[in-house]
Amino acid sequence: MKFIVATILTMLLSFCACLFLPWWSIAIAAFAVSVLIPQAPAASFLTGFVGLFLLWGLLSFWISTKNDDILAHRVSLLLLKSDSPMLLILLSAVIGALVGGFAALTAAYLRPAGAAQIDK
Amino acid sequence: MRSIPFLIFGVITLSLIFWLDNSWTISGQAAPAFGKFLSPQEGLWRNAEPTDRDYSADLSFKQLKGKVNVYFDERLVPHVFAEQENDAFFVEGYLHAKFRLWQMELQVYGAAGRLSELVGKKALPLDRHMRRLGMVFAAENQVKEVEKDPQTLAACNDYTAGVNAYIESLDQGSLPIEYKLLGYYPEKWSNLKTALFVKYMSYELAGQENDFEYTNAKSVFSASDFDKMYPLMMDSLDPIVPKGTPFPNPGVRAKIPASANADYFDTRDSTDLEEQKPDPANGSNNWAVSGAKTKSGFPILCNDPHLGLNLPSLWYEIQISTPAYNCYGVSLPGGPGIEIGYNDSCAFGETTAYRDVRDYYQITFKDDSQKEYWFDSQWVKTTSRIEQIKVKGEPDYFDTVTYTNIGPVMYDKKYNGDRGTHNKCYAVRWSAHDPSNELKAILQLDKSNNYSDYLAAIAYFHTPGQNFAFASKSGDIAIWDQGNFPAKWKHQGDFVMPGTDSTYFWQAMIPQNENPHLVNPPRGFVSSANQMPADTTYPYYLGLNYPIYRGWEINKRLGAMSNITPEDMMRLQTDNYNAFGEMALPVLLKNIDQPKLNNDELQYFDILKTWNLRNDADSRGATIFVLTWDSLETIVWSDELTKSHLSLLMPESGTLLEGILKDSAFKFLDDINTPQRETLSDDVTLAFKKAVGVARLADSMGNLEWGKFKDTKILNLARIAAFSRLHLPVGGGSNCINATKEQHGPSWRMIVSLSPETQAYGVYPGGQNGNPGSRFYDNFIDTWVPGKYYLLWMMTSSQARDQRVKWKMTFNSGA
Repeated sequence: MKFIVATILTMLLSFCACLFLPWWSIAIAAFAVSVLIPQAPAASFLTGFVGLFLLWGLLSFWISTKNDDILAHRVSLLLLKSDSPMLLILLSAVIGALVGGFAALTAAYLRPAGAAQIDK
Repeated sequence: MRSIPFLIFGVITLSLIFWLDNSWTISGQAAPAFGKFLSPQEGLWRNAEPTDRDYSADLSFKQLKGKVNVYFDERLVPHVFAEQENDAFFVEGYLHAKFRLWQMELQVYGAAGRLSELVGKKALPLDRHMRRLGMVFAAENQVKEVEKDPQTLAACNDYTAGVNAYIESLDQGSLPIEYKLLGYYPEKWSNLKTALFVKYMSYELAGQENDFEYTNAKSVFSASDFDKMYPLMMDSLDPIVPKGTPFPNPGVRAKIPASANADYFDTRDSTDLEEQKPDPANGSNNWAVSGAKTKSGFPILCNDPHLGLNLPSLWYEIQISTPAYNCYGVSLPGGPGIEIGYNDSCAFGETTAYRDVRDYYQITFKDDSQKEYWFDSQWVKTTSRIEQIKVKGEPDYFDTVTYTNIGPVMYDKKYNGDRGTHNKCYAVRWSAHDPSNELKAILQLDKSNNYSDYLAAIAYFHTPGQNFAFASKSGDIAIWDQGNFPAKWKHQGDFVMPGTDSTYFWQAMIPQNENPHLVNPPRGFVSSANQMPADTTYPYYLGLNYPIYRGWEINKRLGAMSNITPEDMMRLQTDNYNAFGEMALPVLLKNIDQPKLNNDELQYFDILKTWNLRNDADSRGATIFVLTWDSLETIVWSDELTKSHLSLLMPESGTLLEGILKDSAFKFLDDINTPQRETLSDDVTLAFKKAVGVARLADSMGNLEWGKFKDTKILNLARIAAFSRLHLPVGGGSNCINATKEQHGPSWRMIVSLSPETQAYGVYPGGQNGNPGSRFYDNFIDTWVPGKYYLLWMMTSSQARDQRVKWKMTFNSGA
């Protein structure tokens, strides 16, 4: 439950942050949620990872679909040497996920070991 | 706090962000900043516009004096209605920027010699070339002229303001995708950039000359051989102004310098330069037929400019309507106005004149400092200009260019077109450096109501020389070979000239009214296809190296046609008939020694023999013909051309053909490197055998058919294959009216029937939106490839609710 709330909050905060700040503010958002909602480090990493994977993955998927994948066909051919919109969307999701995951993980180590268990 | 893991993962996180926020070169390939680029809210996904995007908007700008309504039709062509004339140019600038900003900027960076800033050191040779040619110098001179003319200055100021209004609305996320890929940001636009764009077009259309190659040829070949290889005029020439037309006595008589024999014609100096050149195929067709020859009884004007085929396209369709005039046509993103199009009274179009307006003069400097040079028996001081070229990822490169009274010293010991060191210095005299205001010609042309308006308008067009075709609803048709052309003596400017002596200068420009022209001729049509504008009875020297076959074919067909309809003109404009093939094929067939062919070769011979003389996309005969003729040219000329190490020009195809037709023992047929004397049949048979070798290979890959062999493509301006359209099944080629080559051809096709209700058709191979993520990026290509056209719509303001209107942008005056 805490995991789900934390993940959704990471998604919302990242989205809002990127409305005003550059893309890497997703790291700040993931870090902040990890501070606000204490979890064990592994769980924190997953929160950041899954949250951004879903946010960037779903957004790019939705955008590409409304675009009939016109641009994704071209850019995947350019960057990945393979005409595969899905691969490009996946890559976007993974990149966001990595940044979000490591940012959240970093914040988890602000607490002493086992501190998150007490709140569980 | 668990410090060690915190620090480790903190550093990992920050490093990841740093790595993803910057662009790197990965195994030789430039890669974008992946974090920025793949972000759905900032990167490429922002450019993936929904296919049902709503382009309507309500905007306000304080620079506007009145209201402007822009109605977009379903092809995203804007119909601009402005209450105040100059507001139309503001909006044109805004729209050019909105839909084609990257292309505009890239072309101007190229013209200004600034590509190294964007792509690094590999662009340095091209940048130095542009700086030394004096492109920025030319643009600065143009701006000074524009500033003297209130009409043009106001149009440019408004245009620039419109472009900047759009740029100001951008942020990182809303940039065109190419900026995100290459990692830069747009700059503010200026009148200087508009002038640079005009000079960019001048470079593409009047940058062509072969002075160094001809000078080298003069040093290697005898005078009579030179004349055979590069004749003054070819037999099959059908000039723009028909042969036999009397010309008035010339107002200027160019005097041959006293020393010309010793210092010019008879010298055997050579050069070691290899120049960057614009595409030699840059040319076009245009024609106008009078009402006497049309079904409607009203004139029809047609134009198809032949240029590099790129995405985004050079052209942008637009309608501009003000209380004073309504004009529809194609504009060039980079400046105001409509270059090719029609209004309520007349239609106009251009082809390139191919006149030699760029000459080189050899400079004798006092010493390596280049501070003084010998001229008219004294040492004259030079000025210099330090060109600072910024290079991405490296320190700035500085190039000092010396300026003489002739022009910039383009080639000297420090710059040799990138071909090693060299001891000779050449200054360039280019008419594009002279003060002029070509934009005024365009702006006036857009408003012209009749022949005299047209004539007054084109008088402002100095460089590049263009053949302006004209037709009016009142029944006039005309064509003028228009430009500011130097009055030259025979062969002046074909070779490098001595720069020590003012007698070699251009003595005067040909008076405007003496430019070749044809107005309402008895034959009922005017045309141009880059052929010589007149024959050698014209009292001024016209230079060498004009293509002749398209012009010949167009005139032959128009002469035979009557009751012409726009559909007839569409068929003519897209015609794949190879006029050169008609004359050359019999020569080839007669001289291929069939007993010497093996079974395989005989099969290909059969295909060649049965070729229908059309370069259709599915033709195999066309491929074999082109291969055989190209091979023949190489066999005939390469022994002569490679005799010295100097750079020499391959003679025109027509020169070889006419040489052979006049004399089957044409002297160049012999291979000078072999003891025996080759005959025409030896050469042609060998050429055919070599051609079969290539044809067989293509055939095995399924690429023997002409469309597949030629492999026409529309290439993205940054050469990004994924943003291009490749493997287009199109016919045509050199010497066909449909002059579509591999990456070059009709960049716009237009047909205007000037009946009271104008009927106009047009198409270009591209789309109105320069965003590769838009469905309007390349949608016109599928119409252009099979030779189809769109019906053009000159909208009236009362049609605001017409179902053809899909979106509306309102530009209000005010903050």
